[in-house]
Amino acid sequence: MSLIHKTAAELGALIAAGEVSSVEVAEAHLDRMAEAEPKINAFLHVDRETTLAQARVVDDRLRSGERLGPLAGVPVAHKDIFATRDMPTTAASKILEGWRPPYDATVTGRLREAGLVILGKTNLDEFAMGSSTENSAYGVTRNPWDLTRVPGGSSGGSSAAVAAYEAPLSTGTDTGGSIRQPASVTGIVGMKPTYGGSSRYGLIAFASSLDTPGPFARNVLDAALLQEAFSGHDPLDSTSIDAPVPSVVEAARTADVAGMRIGVVKEFAGEGYQPGVLARFHEVVQLLESLGAKVVEVSCPSFATALPAYYLIAPSECSSNLARFDAMRYGLRVGDDGTRSAEEVMALTRAAGFGPEVKRRIMLGTYALSSGYYDAYYGQAQKVRTVISREFEAAFHQVDALVSPTTPTTAFPIGERADDPIAMYLADLCTIPSNLAGNAAISVPCGLADEDGLPVGLQIMAPVLGDDRCYRVGAAVEKALESRWGGGLLSKAPAL
Amino acid sequence: MSAITRDEVAHLARLSRLALTDDELDHYATQLGAIIESVAKVAEVAAEDVPPSSHALPLTNVFRADEVRPSLTPEQALSGAPAVEDDRFRVPRILGEEA
Repeated sequence: MSLIHKTAAELGALIAAGEVSSVEVAEAHLDRMAEAEPKINAFLHVDRETTLAQARVVDDRLRSGERLGPLAGVPVAHKDIFATRDMPTTAASKILEGWRPPYDATVTGRLREAGLVILGKTNLDEFAMGSSTENSAYGVTRNPWDLTRVPGGSSGGSSAAVAAYEAPLSTGTDTGGSIRQPASVTGIVGMKPTYGGSSRYGLIAFASSLDTPGPFARNVLDAALLQEAFSGHDPLDSTSIDAPVPSVVEAARTADVAGMRIGVVKEFAGEGYQPGVLARFHEVVQLLESLGAKVVEVSCPSFATALPAYYLIAPSECSSNLARFDAMRYGLRVGDDGTRSAEEVMALTRAAGFGPEVKRRIMLGTYALSSGYYDAYYGQAQKVRTVISREFEAAFHQVDALVSPTTPTTAFPIGERADDPIAMYLADLCTIPSNLAGNAAISVPCGLADEDGLPVGLQIMAPVLGDDRCYRVGAAVEKALESRWGGGLLSKAPAL
Repeated sequence: MSAITRDEVAHLARLSRLALTDDELDHYATQLGAIIESVAKVAEVAAEDVPPSSHALPLTNVFRADEVRPSLTPEQALSGAPAVEDDRFRVPRILGEEA
């Protein structure tokens, strides 16, 4: 088997044993990128020499006897919303074109400390606002399963890179589903850790009370290894949880649901859900029962209002966070001809530098926060947030984990929802409640929809700091399905 | 009838420091109107007696020790600036003619 088809755990073991070098593994992936990128466009920035230099350093550290983690020398694709000292960081926006941060994000730094080799920066919806990667200022990323379809979003470059074997691992951020939904529609694993479990320091902010870094991988164990590598308390992030990281790697190796109580969220079905998605979901629920889980139906009636609450809270926070792009200290400045005032330059720069979705959300947030509307919109949305958290708490008294489809449909065609924001927002219907409540949730592949032959994802939700349960259930499902399929779901994907 | 008028969008654009064209104002008035109508569903949740959550975690006022630590050099801090003069950010005029 070629190096690009190996799991991250296998690559880490081969590198540690000296059977293959980190440089060889990086070269194999860079070669794959050269072949796949003209079709996929997953990366915004790749620099072969920077990547190989990192790999050489890891090889030297290992040869000198330094003990690094299980992913030392393994390549990772890094979402272009994390600050990286040695590579541009753009958030896929024109307003940050070519910007090089003077510091590393905490997640970036921890990847480096663990000896991971950053292959490049991946495409996303501008400032992580979107569900298709079509809102990137630098062109759309294509789904490796069908090049006419979206790879999900906002972390669509990260999901496509892993699904196309350009990288064994990638990073993402999940504010309303931006890791789980792209993982679902590209047939890979994507995890949103508990909010505060992974650091936001150096992550370009979209909605600070929701933004959560997390891993993508082609299997559950690899995702757990990556999450463990970059998680844990960070004093530079005031909402970082000062508690031990849940034992996610051990849980991924346990892969056993016998005796677990699993709840099916009743509200996540019906109108708007693709029949092929529901069919695969119902099969996997039966599978969980056959593996010894006790499955019950759970009702969370307020989850139906999570989407509208989210589209008040996230834009409100975004309108405040994106005020920092003022054309004064870094990034784009247009119209500074010596006659215009700072405010005029600011308004011209922001109009030229932000794309349509970002402008929509800034204005929507400004509206929701304005006096006269605040109580009815933002204030009420924050109360709904409390109601949703309470419904989760009540549900987790009855069951150990909740399950639902990750997203109501498979990957939709490029362009289909691009100018219909409300249709686009529906992609995050099932993922948003866990962002509002801050609990852990993962998406794992559960088959292909009959109508279109495209991947379907199973979402597993666990309580705050119950990340290990997501991995335990996810690994059990993966093990049973892969033995049924005779391999991973991606082995069914068409050749590029 | 849209939930938001073109004039209201123009006001939001001014508050948001976005210099929008007339065409954009029309386009956003329609789209924002539709979005505002759809998010108004939050009012259907009975939540009078429920406290708001700004946040998912029970955290308040996290402080760090007040001690001098290394930080960015002036060169690093200015490295992404659109215009620099004498180790400072150079900005367009911030006061009006009459000031």
